[in-house]
Amino acid sequence: MTVSKKIVLRFPKRMVDRPIVYRLVKDFELEFNILKASITPEQEGLLVLELKGEQQEYDKGIKFLIKNGVEIQSLSQDVTRNEERCTHCGACITVCPTGAFKIEPKTRLVIFENEKCIACGLCIPACPPHAMEVHF
Amino acid sequence: MAKTIAEINEKIKKGQAVVFNAEEIIDFARNKGIKEAAKEVDVVTTGTFGIMCSSGAFFNIGHAKPRIKLGGGRTFFNDVPAYTGLAAVDLFLGANALPDDDPRNRIHPGEFNYGGGHVIEELVAGKDVRLVASAYGTDCYPRKKLETWINIKDMNQATLFNIRNAYQNYNVAVNTSNKTIYTYMGVLKPKLGNANYSSAGQLSPLFNDPFYKTVGIGTKIFLGGGTGYVAWHGTQHNPDAPRTEKGIPKDGAGTLAVIGDLKQMSPKWLVGTSVMGYGCSITVGIGLPIPILNEEILEYTTITDADIYAPVIDYSDAFPNLRSDKMGEVTYAELKSGKIKVKGQDVPTASRSSYPKALEIANVLKEWIDKGKFLLTEPVELLPGVESGVKMKPLKERPIED
Ligand code: SF4
Ligand code: SF4
Repeated sequence: MTVSKKIVLRFPKRMVDRPIVYRLVKDFELEFNILKASITPEQEGLLVLELKGEQQEYDKGIKFLIKNGVEIQSLSQDVTRNEERCTHCGACITVCPTGAFKIEPKTRLVIFENEKCIACGLCIPACPPHAMEVHF
Repeated sequence: MAKTIAEINEKIKKGQAVVFNAEEIIDFARNKGIKEAAKEVDVVTTGTFGIMCSSGAFFNIGHAKPRIKLGGGRTFFNDVPAYTGLAAVDLFLGANALPDDDPRNRIHPGEFNYGGGHVIEELVAGKDVRLVASAYGTDCYPRKKLETWINIKDMNQATLFNIRNAYQNYNVAVNTSNKTIYTYMGVLKPKLGNANYSSAGQLSPLFNDPFYKTVGIGTKIFLGGGTGYVAWHGTQHNPDAPRTEKGIPKDGAGTLAVIGDLKQMSPKWLVGTSVMGYGCSITVGIGLPIPILNEEILEYTTITDADIYAPVIDYSDAFPNLRSDKMGEVTYAELKSGKIKVKGQDVPTASRSSYPKALEIANVLKEWIDKGKFLLTEPVELLPGVESGVKMKPLKERPIED
């Protein structure tokens, strides 16, 4: 069975210059898609990846990362919408770079598609009632 | 066949009134014809749920023992300053008020996480709020300091009084500059990256009574989840705005000043709001019932998004410089399609005002009327119309010389 998941990797500064992603590809035959990367010198690195591959290999790859001190978070839990606070105004739609918000044509309700979210954070301050929440 | 408000109220009391929301009436009248529809329908309900900055509330907090005169002193609700230029324990809190220590736009764009609108939402939700005040002390009001928790239910009065709400039409905001700008119309991306609009269009109250033939002082409305009244025409009320052949304003035109008892409202419909780079505000829900007194009024309520035009304004230049040049006109039908054309370029659109919530408001009001819980009122005076000569003027600056 193949799986495809979006994950956030945080690695300590001693890991920043090591070929982590290369090993994932080579040793575990995982396909990757970089959604976001930020590496600050002398600090930790952050990589948002979409990883695809066989479930078994995927699990092994994740184990390999953890063993090497990489912190892993599943991305879908990163940014959520507080449904009680959302007014369905739509202000977020043009702010989001990945098109994670769309209008349901019939009801004109604003739908948040978590799977498309790359946790860039742009919608958080731009949402007028502060319905978008980021969890670390 | 003309009807009166009194006749409509009789039907409401008997549970016989025929009520439609401003969306349903469009197809109904199309199928039945204006004449038949006007005969059958008694009320059309409208709604809007958007950020309405000129909102605020008056509070009478009751006298402390010993007494304190807050008038002329300083008073804060959860660190947000209230206006104290009134008598001893009367206060006004505006939706845009900010705590003294809010960084504002010092690091641009500021986040404006908490302000007057948020305090009003918390009070309406029944939460305790911190009241901290200082005064200068008098013989009859000796006390100089007050620090207490306060709850809306313990106040004598809490009156929402919004001096300008429910704008009849609004600009579509774009940005032609090379950098992102942060406006009260939201985040505008450079080079026509997006276009933001702010009206419920065909559901919006004043689009359904474009010449103010039914709405006036004393008109009972849905306000913030409870009931309220139209108190006056709102500030900047401008019946003189350019109109289409059908009389629909093509620019910001009429506005409402509304008032109501905050204690019976709900935090669902009064939501503290942050506008990045701009300030704090409040999102307010308003629903206006329109009595179908005759065919003319019924016909106004059949307005559709395709009939309503809004001006496209450049918020990086024309707007801040108070120039009226438009980059074009688009209909709400186009705006709601998700993209518009500006200067030949496709521009994605987003709304600042919630259409589904506006519809929910129109439906709540409809249900209240259907169940006989909400009767219409006869306005004591209609809002100033086109013939009134009321216009909106810019400030005439006259330099002060010594
Ligand atoms: S901007 Fe916020 S409140 Fe408006 S639709 Fe998006 S998530 Fe909901
Ligand atoms: S965090 Fe970024 S990607 Fe996720 S929904 Fe918000 S704007 Fe879109």
